[in-house]
Amino acid sequence: MKHLTEEELIAYREGEPTQREAIAEHLTSCTACHTELDRIEAVLSALDNLPVPERGPEYGRAVWQQIAPKLPEKAGRGWRVWLEPRRWVAIGAMAAIVIAAFVAGRWTKKPDAGTPAASVAQVRERVLVVAVGDHLGKSEMVLMELANATPPASGPKQINIAAEQQRAEDLLDANRLYRETAQQNGDAALADVLDDLERVLMDVAHSPQEITPAKLESLQKRIEAHGILFKVRVVGKELQEKQNPTNSAPPATESKAGERNKA
Amino acid sequence: MIRMSESAGSNKDREALQNAARESDAIAVERTLAGERDAFRVLVERHSQQLFRLAYRMTGNEHDAEEVVQEAFLRAYRNLGQFGSRANFGTWAYRIAANYAIDRMRQRRNEDARRSAPSSLAEEQEQDPLDLVADERPTPDRLAGNTELRKKMEEALKELSSSERTAFVMRHWEGCAIEEIAAVLKSTTSAAKNTVFRSVQKLRRALEPYVGARGALQAKAAGAAPEPRGTEL
Repeated sequence: MKHLTEEELIAYREGEPTQREAIAEHLTSCTACHTELDRIEAVLSALDNLPVPERGPEYGRAVWQQIAPKLPEKAGRGWRVWLEPRRWVAIGAMAAIVIAAFVAGRWTKKPDAGTPAASVAQVRERVLVVAVGDHLGKSEMVLMELANATPPASGPKQINIAAEQQRAEDLLDANRLYRETAQQNGDAALADVLDDLERVLMDVAHSPQEITPAKLESLQKRIEAHGILFKVRVVGKELQEKQNPTNSAPPATESKAGERNKA
Repeated sequence: MIRMSESAGSNKDREALQNAARESDAIAVERTLAGERDAFRVLVERHSQQLFRLAYRMTGNEHDAEEVVQEAFLRAYRNLGQFGSRANFGTWAYRIAANYAIDRMRQRRNEDARRSAPSSLAEEQEQDPLDLVADERPTPDRLAGNTELRKKMEEALKELSSSERTAFVMRHWEGCAIEEIAAVLKSTTSAAKNTVFRSVQKLRRALEPYVGARGALQAKAAGAAPEPRGTEL
């Protein structure tokens, strides 16, 4: 008799509709599978009884008292706000300022380094550059390993990607933080690359620990489709050059931002 | 939120009550958007308990859970214009809270990793598991009442990744449909299913030594087939 897998038993316990009747029938005649289900049930039943601290009927009022002073006078009205005509004037003015700042930035000389304020900003930026560079390096390694993984010629048909999955999960936290920082700093290109990377890392982190060759191939195709490895390499290289400006060979005309945009 | 279908015992009164609450939520949203800040209070008072329960189960501590509840309402207020009034405010606020709880868990995990040495869980697991369980056959209530076992359960939940914990809490305790979990995790439904499965599997590995043998006996003695959580996974 073919026994049910742990996945089938857990899915059955959690209400999966597929083959429900067949599984129920199997369980009535198979003591081994029934015992296995009982063991899963025992763990979940014990967890069901983990208490949640009581919050009395006044809790909602207490929450309101906490947040009320922090609420702005008017609730955010999202996109509706942008339909108001007076907003268009503001948007136009902001756009003009941004364009003017951009043009001015292109034509004015870079300020001399060395003032205290500049050096603090530089140190902060340098720390970020090092951290993001390191993060991209680690991400590249995980993606490379997955992109180059091949199913074993013999032995088990499933491929275990638990290690890569754990690393992807760990990298997700940092990635989110760097992406948000890049967005705040106005580095849209870096934020975009980190956003793409986050999606791929999430795909990896949410895959099963053991996958079939077909699933691996699909994962590899997704990595390839995003072109993420190339983007990560380009941005990683750029950040590496920022870390070691003296070693950066390319002249100013060979814009790295252009290369990143191409990516 | 997308809920799984209720058991056969659900009645029309409850449905009518839910519809009335939803309509009253929609009115409160409209009034808030029209500039009546106090109208938002109705929403806060109505949904705080539900958000706290979710947030506590996700974060595992009261302080973080309260922070999540407050932050979820603040974010909901700031972005109220993005909420379509035909949708369910409770579902929307629930999703905001779940997303913020994920961020909070990740943040907490990073802080803990920086502060402390490697977890002492492994050392503690070297204890004889049977020492932690009373001699007589325990019921689930008594098992959870056992402080040591409760600690083990909390530790096992803490060992889950933030996605796994979210998936487990939403599916197992909150009874959310898999589509809802997928939306919060920003993944596909099949990936969300896998995450639920992986979370149960990890909890089982961690806790079975403490509840497995005696729990199985107890479940067998009860002789009842497990109640499915819902109609779909």
